[in-house]
Amino acid sequence: MCAASCSRLVDCDIHNTITMEALARYLPKKWQDYQREFGRRQLPGDYYPKAMPFASRTDSWPPGGGPPGSNLPFLRQQLLDAWPIDFGVLNTLITIRNQERDYDAAMATAANACQIAEWLEPEPRLRASLLVPFEDAPLAVAEIKRHGANRRFVQVLIPSRTSQPLGQRMYWPIYAAAMERDLPIGIHFGGWAGGIPISGAGWPAYYLEYHTGMSQTFQAHLISLICEGVFEEFPQLKIVFIEAGLGWIAPLLWRLDRSWRQLKAETPRLRHLPSEYFRRHFWLTTQPIEEPPEPAQFTAMLGHLGMNDRLLFSTDYPHWDFDNPDHALPSTLTPALRQAIRRENACALYGFA
Amino acid sequence: MTAPQSAVIDCDVHAVLPGISALKPYLSAYWCEQIAQTGFKGPPDQWYPVRTVAADPALTDSIPASKVEYLQRDVLDPQPELEQAILQCDCAVETLHNPDAAAAVAAALNDWLAAEWLARDPRLRASIVVPSQFPELAAAEIDRVAGRPGFVQVLLPVRSEAPYGSRNFRPVFAAAARHALPVGLHFGGAPGNPSTPVGWPSFFLEDYAGMTSVFQSQLISIVAGGTFDLWPDLRLVLLESGVTWLPPMLWRLDKNWKGLRREIPWLRELPSEYVRRHVRLTTAPFDAPDEPGQLADVMTQLGGDGMLLYASDYPHAHGQDAALSRLEFFPTASLVNIRAGNARALYRF
Repeated sequence: MCAASCSRLVDCDIHNTITMEALARYLPKKWQDYQREFGRRQLPGDYYPKAMPFASRTDSWPPGGGPPGSNLPFLRQQLLDAWPIDFGVLNTLITIRNQERDYDAAMATAANACQIAEWLEPEPRLRASLLVPFEDAPLAVAEIKRHGANRRFVQVLIPSRTSQPLGQRMYWPIYAAAMERDLPIGIHFGGWAGGIPISGAGWPAYYLEYHTGMSQTFQAHLISLICEGVFEEFPQLKIVFIEAGLGWIAPLLWRLDRSWRQLKAETPRLRHLPSEYFRRHFWLTTQPIEEPPEPAQFTAMLGHLGMNDRLLFSTDYPHWDFDNPDHALPSTLTPALRQAIRRENACALYGFA
Repeated sequence: MTAPQSAVIDCDVHAVLPGISALKPYLSAYWCEQIAQTGFKGPPDQWYPVRTVAADPALTDSIPASKVEYLQRDVLDPQPELEQAILQCDCAVETLHNPDAAAAVAAALNDWLAAEWLARDPRLRASIVVPSQFPELAAAEIDRVAGRPGFVQVLLPVRSEAPYGSRNFRPVFAAAARHALPVGLHFGGAPGNPSTPVGWPSFFLEDYAGMTSVFQSQLISIVAGGTFDLWPDLRLVLLESGVTWLPPMLWRLDKNWKGLRREIPWLRELPSEYVRRHVRLTTAPFDAPDEPGQLADVMTQLGGDGMLLYASDYPHAHGQDAALSRLEFFPTASLVNIRAGNARALYRF
């Protein structure tokens, strides 16, 4: 391995799996009975087989059983010890399905309790995103208050497929609670969206479209968060786009700035160019890394984005499109930028030391 | 600078229907009676805030672009180098849930375009309006109109209830192919489903800026659905789509295809290769960066000027600066292609 790739690392997107069996250790009996009786209702319409079982690497199934990401010793062996990872941020994808709201809240509370007891306490390198029933702001705020003093939770997690664009005021109490505790909002690829088609042109046919098109959820959130004036209302709010991609951002900001110059009478709350809000309030994880045909275009893309201090390395372990820390970043990056992306930017954002 | 004698083909000018009564000469007695009895106003066209971007603020016509004389005065006559201008009538036929109403209005719009625009100026061409939400009816309308003088393309609104690569829409592409017509996807449309994958936004600004997402969905769908494999001669034109979003989307699509290609085994090459061969984009708006050096990067990413077609998008105003509108940032050799050469090849003028 080259020296550059041996430098220290923070992984900003690791998926630990909390199985239903694990969750049952923390879920009140009332909700276990509910689950047994009514099951976990699926919202229809968005089932796309995800390339590989559990959307995961074939080698990520723990030898002792259980699904990928469910076994801490194996996750240590395959990820945390395999690279010089100082800190890893868990984004557990146990789904808050936007169904019975009190059940959603109980699921989030149980999952967070499980994360503390079975992941954060046994493994000092790990940090976690706080799960909240994000479609019900008062319940989400209650969960933030419950754990707000626990600095092992480093951000509040919202999946990118929400039922409304995230600038809408129904989500604002979550932002107020997060900002008060200096917790970023992490918006992660995926989710359920309450039955809304996964594109502005209806339901596509293939997982390729689902996966390629997921950046469009982030496009809508970027536009909405800025246009609704969220950052005028919450001037210290930090947003992390996780697994959103990078390449689409600069062209959208060019378009949004030009459009806003012409239409700004419609959004009188905004006092700055949309791109200025974006560069002030947003951070971006790297996986799945952009692969333009020429490395020079990657460098140009970073120049267009102008956010070298906001890029956060991530692997997306154990998913099939995992980015290997040894190979994902193009070799053309300067050592200083490589190190900023691999470690320093994340330490600055999350206060890791 | 632009050579003044360099020919121009304007691939996106608008013909705006001033109201349903203008279609009465082209509607059957039944639909005329429906208009009288029910107050049916035809499709609503609410895409543009009235005086913000609906028209250049300098235009004082009560309904800009609603008469051929306005277009002649503002676009055709001041440009002796203009050879052709292609009319897009993006009247929101897709809002009509009644299939007979949608088919009748689309047919009337085409007859109105033929009689009151195409027949009155030899420089004009037009896209065929279709009831895009009913693919069989859309195909029938293409068969009815194709071959009449001046109709050079099939027009679909970029927003739809289902993406155009889905099999439901094959009759539309088959009809376009049968008549060797390109298919144009134009900004807007009002099919009823939310305009974003996370529900409805609040502001026009959001809808406008976010429309590139819908173009992305359609392009991904059309490529993944094998549309270009089924019709290898099909040409697709993205109208009023913006341009600069395209290269990064193709990086993502190519990368994902490498990992997921077993799901769509009919694709025989990189998605970006299909797109470069079959797809063209109009230049208004361009969504260019302010920095000239960054614009040069984008042109490199696009692989040159071959995919670009000049458009004024009359009477809409996109807030581009004057240099962008006149395409002054392109070298002269590129301008010749963008202003006319690429369109001439695509539309086979």
